Amino acid sequence: MNQKENFFKGFVKENPLFVSVLGMCPSLAITTKVENAIGMGVAVFFVLTLSNLVISLIMNSKFLRDLVKPVRIPVYIIVIASLVTIVEMVMHAYFESLYKSLGVFIPLIVVNCIILGRAEAFASENKPLDSAIDGMGMALGFTFAILIISLFREILGSGMITIWGDAALDLGFIFEFLRISPIDIFIKPVGAFLSFAFILATVVAIRSAGDRRKAKAGADK
Amino acid sequence: MSDLVQLAFMAFIVENIILTKFLGICPFLGVSRKRSSAIGMGLAVLFVILISSMVTWVLYNYVLATLELTYMRTIAFILVIAALVQMVEIFLKKVSPALYKALGIYLPLITTNCAVLGVAILNINNNHSFVETVVYATFISLGFILVMYIFAMIREKLDFSPVPRAFKGTPIALIVAAILAIIFSRFGGII
Repeated sequence: MNQKENFFKGFVKENPLFVSVLGMCPSLAITTKVENAIGMGVAVFFVLTLSNLVISLIMNSKFLRDLVKPVRIPVYIIVIASLVTIVEMVMHAYFESLYKSLGVFIPLIVVNCIILGRAEAFASENKPLDSAIDGMGMALGFTFAILIISLFREILGSGMITIWGDAALDLGFIFEFLRISPIDIFIKPVGAFLSFAFILATVVAIRSAGDRRKAKAGADK
Repeated sequence: MSDLVQLAFMAFIVENIILTKFLGICPFLGVSRKRSSAIGMGLAVLFVILISSMVTWVLYNYVLATLELTYMRTIAFILVIAALVQMVEIFLKKVSPALYKALGIYLPLITTNCAVLGVAILNINNNHSFVETVVYATFISLGFILVMYIFAMIREKLDFSPVPRAFKGTPIALIVAAILAIIFSRFGGII
């Protein structure tokens, strides 16, 4: 596998959210707004890239590897928790409103299954550079997935997309044209489950259609 | 006293941990195929959430706050929880092998259950007193058990229902969760 494939596999083939269904809690809770999804994506990108890099460095040195092996999960958790604390402090200092709206889900990045999962499945057995690239790809795939969900929810729920106070995209005229008001249930918790279910079903349908086409092409040959 | 009752009711039903706070979704979808395993997981979570909330509350208010190390909260809490789960496991193995056998496979999974760390942090963020912490932790976990149980019952039936192919598995489970979330949020009118 070359590095380009390694980077892009996180987007489609092994997307952490849509294919492996990991990291559900934040992706249901904070996708009420596109700006939250961007903030969460940046935080996960930072933590996942560096945690993969650090853990891979630890596991690639023979001395540290033997030292760490019996207690590797606690060591991973400490590495991840330290990185999350850095994110938490930076966000509190410079992005107060984002810090408030993400709330408890910033410290909870520690127990996000994607990060621990990549540490155990990839970073502990690969070279540092490959691991960092894998982390970046996976984090961008996750960001891409929560962006889709939050776009869906914010447009249906409030009729416009606001990013840091500016109306970036106002689609209110479509709702006016159809003579309906925005469906505010999509901003509520119920909407999170519904939107995720429909998006996931769409992804599954597209994938299985692709598989069938491939199988048919294989049979024709 | 009435404040405590209200807090308990909110934690139990209206602000249910799974359906409105989205914590503990992984065990909710993963371990809810059978009623017996739902109850097993629920009891293990109740046990760990209750003890870890009390320990982290004391740790935060008497150690981290006095030493002005509150920014170490996340690291300290996750270490406490991981150690606690391990200790509970060893303790149960020695004292009550039957309970250990029943909870056995669920205990290690709890360290990465975001409900445990989530409740510990929510107790600090909401400035709960020690009594409020105990009540909140207990009723949040009872709410977790209730929803897991209801969901497992529905899911046992769901296995025999005709579901569109794309919706099989997780998507249909999420739709059921959405319907449950509507029902639970309507209880807010009582208060």
